[in-house]
Amino acid sequence: MKGMTLIVKKTTQLIAGMIFMYGIYVIVHGHLTPGGGFAGGVIIAGSLILVTLAYGSDFLKLIKEEAGTTMIESLATIMVILIAVSGFVFGTKIFFNNFLPKGIVGHLISAGVLPLYNIFVGTEVAASIFIIFLSLIIFKEESTQ
Amino acid sequence: MIAYIMCFILFFVGLYGVITRRNLVKIAVSLSIMEISTFLFFALVGYIDGGVAPIVDPSDPVKVYVDPLPQALVLTAIVIGLATTAMLMAVIIRLFRKYGTFDIREIKNLRG
Amino acid sequence: MNPLIPLFVVIPLAGAFLIMILGRFFSELNKYLASLILLILVVISIYSLINTGKNLSLYKVGGWEPVNKIPIGIYMVMDGFTVIVLCIINIIGFLSAFYSIAYIKRYTAENYFYALFCLMVAGMNGVVLSGDLFNIFVFLEISVISAYALVAFGVEKNELEASFKYQVLGGLASFLILFGIGFIYWKTKTLNIADIKQVFSSGYDKNFYLFVQILILSGFGLKAAIIPFHAWLPDAHSSAPSPISAMLSGVLIKAVGIYVIIRLFFNMFDLSEGMSVLITTLGTLSMVIGVFLAIGQWDIKRLLAYHSISQMGYVVMSVGIGMILLSRGVTTKIATLAIAGGIFHLVNHAAFKSLLFLNAGAIEYTIGTRNLKEMGGLAKSMPATSATSFVASMSISGIPPFNGFFSKLIIIIAAIMAKFYLLAILAVIVSIITLASFLKFQRYAFYNQRQYPKEHGPKEVPFPMVFSMIVLSIVCLLLSLLAFPGIREAFLTPAIDVLTDPLKYSTSILGQ
Repeated sequence: MKGMTLIVKKTTQLIAGMIFMYGIYVIVHGHLTPGGGFAGGVIIAGSLILVTLAYGSDFLKLIKEEAGTTMIESLATIMVILIAVSGFVFGTKIFFNNFLPKGIVGHLISAGVLPLYNIFVGTEVAASIFIIFLSLIIFKEESTQ
Repeated sequence: MIAYIMCFILFFVGLYGVITRRNLVKIAVSLSIMEISTFLFFALVGYIDGGVAPIVDPSDPVKVYVDPLPQALVLTAIVIGLATTAMLMAVIIRLFRKYGTFDIREIKNLRG
Repeated sequence: MNPLIPLFVVIPLAGAFLIMILGRFFSELNKYLASLILLILVVISIYSLINTGKNLSLYKVGGWEPVNKIPIGIYMVMDGFTVIVLCIINIIGFLSAFYSIAYIKRYTAENYFYALFCLMVAGMNGVVLSGDLFNIFVFLEISVISAYALVAFGVEKNELEASFKYQVLGGLASFLILFGIGFIYWKTKTLNIADIKQVFSSGYDKNFYLFVQILILSGFGLKAAIIPFHAWLPDAHSSAPSPISAMLSGVLIKAVGIYVIIRLFFNMFDLSEGMSVLITTLGTLSMVIGVFLAIGQWDIKRLLAYHSISQMGYVVMSVGIGMILLSRGVTTKIATLAIAGGIFHLVNHAAFKSLLFLNAGAIEYTIGTRNLKEMGGLAKSMPATSATSFVASMSISGIPPFNGFFSKLIIIIAAIMAKFYLLAILAVIVSIITLASFLKFQRYAFYNQRQYPKEHGPKEVPFPMVFSMIVLSIVCLLLSLLAFPGIREAFLTPAIDVLTDPLKYSTSILGQ
């Protein structure tokens, strides 16, 4: 697919990195401020879609990206389930138990396993939405070739 | 009170769209509008008069907070609505490729 | 706290994503992995069936204990009724997954099929096991979105149109359910089913109660395809690939439709006579209209789909009779008999309807058409398919000694003892018309004479398909033993006890 004009490319160069960092900020501070896994994941996916739309890619590169992103999504989901099961194995015998030490209220590293959950769920949501976008683009490219 | 009336107006707009529109994409968008009215209703249910947003501030811990449970439910429901809309859009694009039109009156292969 | 309960959801969920990862590297072993995961689930569910008995196991997710006697965590509950439906889901899921090892070869993206299949089973297990209203909604959406994708799997014109219709009506149903949950939360400020029962038993507003009950009945009735919400069922169930039709018609409309209606109306709402009469009327209408629409069909799978509506009408009517008797507070013995007939017919229908859909799939695999006017004389060349199809057809029509006879007999006797003579006569008439319809199916598909060209004449289908069909027909024959008193005490009576006793569910949960 073709990219866009020079103005869009220059603006994307300046902005896409900041959107990505903002998404990571929303994910990591999920236990202190509103947001968390879902919202941060959608913001990160937004920045990836912006870069793909502005610069364009050719067909083979899109297929390779889709294969890699599917792998990342499945791995992230299995990590979420592994953390839930590890509450069963390490702490008391209960799923989803919060077994890491809970620190002081308001600090960044606190609240047990919640930041880990947020990070993996955010990765998975970002990968899912990027795959939806890539599948639709690949379908359109396939039928015009 | 006005906020609850807004919910019902959104619901009826969405229902009117699903029933009377002929374009497939408009049906999908109307379904999305109907679900948004439910999210608004859910978020309004948890409101307590004089409450603030439910974020714990370590310096001033005693306050009246708004109920945070419906807000968590609405987050989950928004993600589910996104998945449903994405699935619907994928099927609509494939339908367009097969039939060549977005009109729902042309798509009546299954009868009886 | 029973530690086996969360395994029913975690194992297929992890398995679905494991299949997606391993599918890139080993493409041959992938199909056996799905059957292996479901076989583990079958073993766990049969173990739970034998162990549960009359007590109710509870699992508090995350370990959150109640504060001031008010439950604050998410609860997962397993009692007598739940464990029966769990066994149905996992056994029929395993047999369909094994059947599809040979059937799915002609579609291209096999990995996604098995991953979506495991996700659907995980969602259904979650709906059946949850003791919390919003959890039911989330797992319902997981299983139903996988079903939308599986119905549209081979992307031809018919399947896409059927999937679109299913999606719009399913989205409407989810919206109605969410609206009902919102209203319930507004008045009771809690989402736990046992706790809502406590709050409702101390007084409620009559009009609000009726409104919420109608919303929940409409939402879950759309998922269970009761008349007048049946418009999506014939298209979706006839266009899907055959193992998915068996899962949809045999398990999905029961686990996310009828099971939730029975659970919420018996254990959460107080029984009132108006709602009970409405539910019985809807059940009777489904029974009659379904069978009349099924007579003129010449497509095999559409015929079976319409018969699904009719048999689900039997279950709803029988449970409705039980509800009417319990709401009057009169004789609980007849109510127990009616509900027993309903649940027994639910289990039977899962077994023989899945077997019929697998047979239709086998016929379509060999000959390539689904039209009854174009086939015939298959009894000699496909012996296993013909024999199992005969067993299933006799079961659904209610011929002794197959299992359909016993469950329909219990329903008709309960209707007569409760003095609803019209319902009993309608049940007998519908059963006779079902017999006529299935005799037509048997004659046109298997016993007519027809010459086939010698090169691609019909042969027997491959081994995985034959194995699934034979095991399901043995299950059909074994299920007729459930009518005998000794075995019925062990399996069916715990299920009925938890439904007919109005306070047992909530006091058992809140007491632990």
